[in-house]
Amino acid sequence: MECTLRPYLPIAVYGALVLGTGFSLTLASSIFGPRVRRLEKESTYECGSLPLGSSRERFSVKFYLVAILFVLFDIETVFLVPWAVVYRSMGLFGLLEMLAFMGILLLGFVYAWKRGGFDWE
Amino acid sequence: MTWSPILLDVIRAVLIFAAVMTLVPFLVLAERRISAWIQNRVGPNRVGPMGTLQPLADVIKLVFKEEIVPARADRVLYSLGPLLSFAPAAIAFAAIPVGRGLQVVDMSVGVLFVITATSLAVYGISFGGWASNNKFSLLGGLRSSAQIISYEIAMGLALISVIMTTGSVSLSQISEGQTSFLCWNIFRQPIAFVIFFTAAFAENNRLPFDLPECESELVGGYHTEYSGMKFGMYFLAEYVAMIVMSAMVVTLFLGAWSPGFALPEGLLGTVISVGVFSFKLFAVLFFYIWVRWTLPRFRYDQLMHLGWKSLVPLAMANIVVTGIVVTIWDAVQ
Repeated sequence: MECTLRPYLPIAVYGALVLGTGFSLTLASSIFGPRVRRLEKESTYECGSLPLGSSRERFSVKFYLVAILFVLFDIETVFLVPWAVVYRSMGLFGLLEMLAFMGILLLGFVYAWKRGGFDWE
Repeated sequence: MTWSPILLDVIRAVLIFAAVMTLVPFLVLAERRISAWIQNRVGPNRVGPMGTLQPLADVIKLVFKEEIVPARADRVLYSLGPLLSFAPAAIAFAAIPVGRGLQVVDMSVGVLFVITATSLAVYGISFGGWASNNKFSLLGGLRSSAQIISYEIAMGLALISVIMTTGSVSLSQISEGQTSFLCWNIFRQPIAFVIFFTAAFAENNRLPFDLPECESELVGGYHTEYSGMKFGMYFLAEYVAMIVMSAMVVTLFLGAWSPGFALPEGLLGTVISVGVFSFKLFAVLFFYIWVRWTLPRFRYDQLMHLGWKSLVPLAMANIVVTGIVVTIWDAVQ
């Protein structure tokens, strides 16, 4: 059997091991452990007092902002990878292209900074 | 005859997985003993000789503990959380060469694979934090997600400059390129090393960046509501991720499995290379534990400022400087 996926056979084995271990550990305590249900035990942990209101609260918009910035900059990083691999074979052309790309990236970065995107008060 | 290489591959995969899983309990023990040593106390020394069976006792205890699921938790995500935290971290190790020519799969995109797999761990933490239906958990999960993705930018950018010097994203090729001592990437890319290592601490939620857990503010952070082996899995995941990140630091910057000079051919050289890799791995892990008891925890705004306002610009500047130096160097040669 000759196919191109052959080199990836070990990772299938490895992945199966990892998932098998993961699932069995997830189930371990519910199989071996005791199970005595009590209302107090299953209530939300709040240092002994009864929880006030819902836990599905609104949270700071800052977290969304960080997520959006992450998506932007991570995509830039991914664009950089293929180019970084062949960088040394491109010579001066590579250098100029890199400077142009990093310049644009820096522009966006400075904009986000000046608009207070990275401030966390 | 076609079966024998397949069998060899399977044995290698099983052995490497077994090695990682065996290393975790010893790392936990080492952490507790070294912490005790640094704080001038005794540490666990009762179970087995010098406390060596302590981790085993802990695991048995965790497995036989009652598992308490909060009544209003989202049960599916609650169970998936620990699994999604552990599996990606463990799978990432498949791409790392633990010795000369010894790794589960020699991937041509090894660096990307490891980064992708380790960044998936953020799902485990945010799922766990959200599904527990607890305010502390929710905040811990959110903080952790924001922290991990912020430091991933700095880490990715630091890697770019390493890839520029090595010209490869294959971890085995990066290792081969560092056989002689002066070619170790720590000397060629010292700034990238510092950025990567700092980001690695943040990615693993280790002190001084352990804000997701932050006992004094958030009880236990995202795993407040977890008990039994599900809690144990978050613990396991943290240590596996720590081993993976240390292995990445060793492979990318500290000369991988090379002792700094050429190794003999054949089996002897491979065995020595595994020994050298393990030694470096333990040294980096020791550093992790050492830092834990040396630096105090950051405040959350300081953490975000360090990531976005210091490390990211530094990494970008490092790419530009690397680019210029590499071009001049190649022109002179």
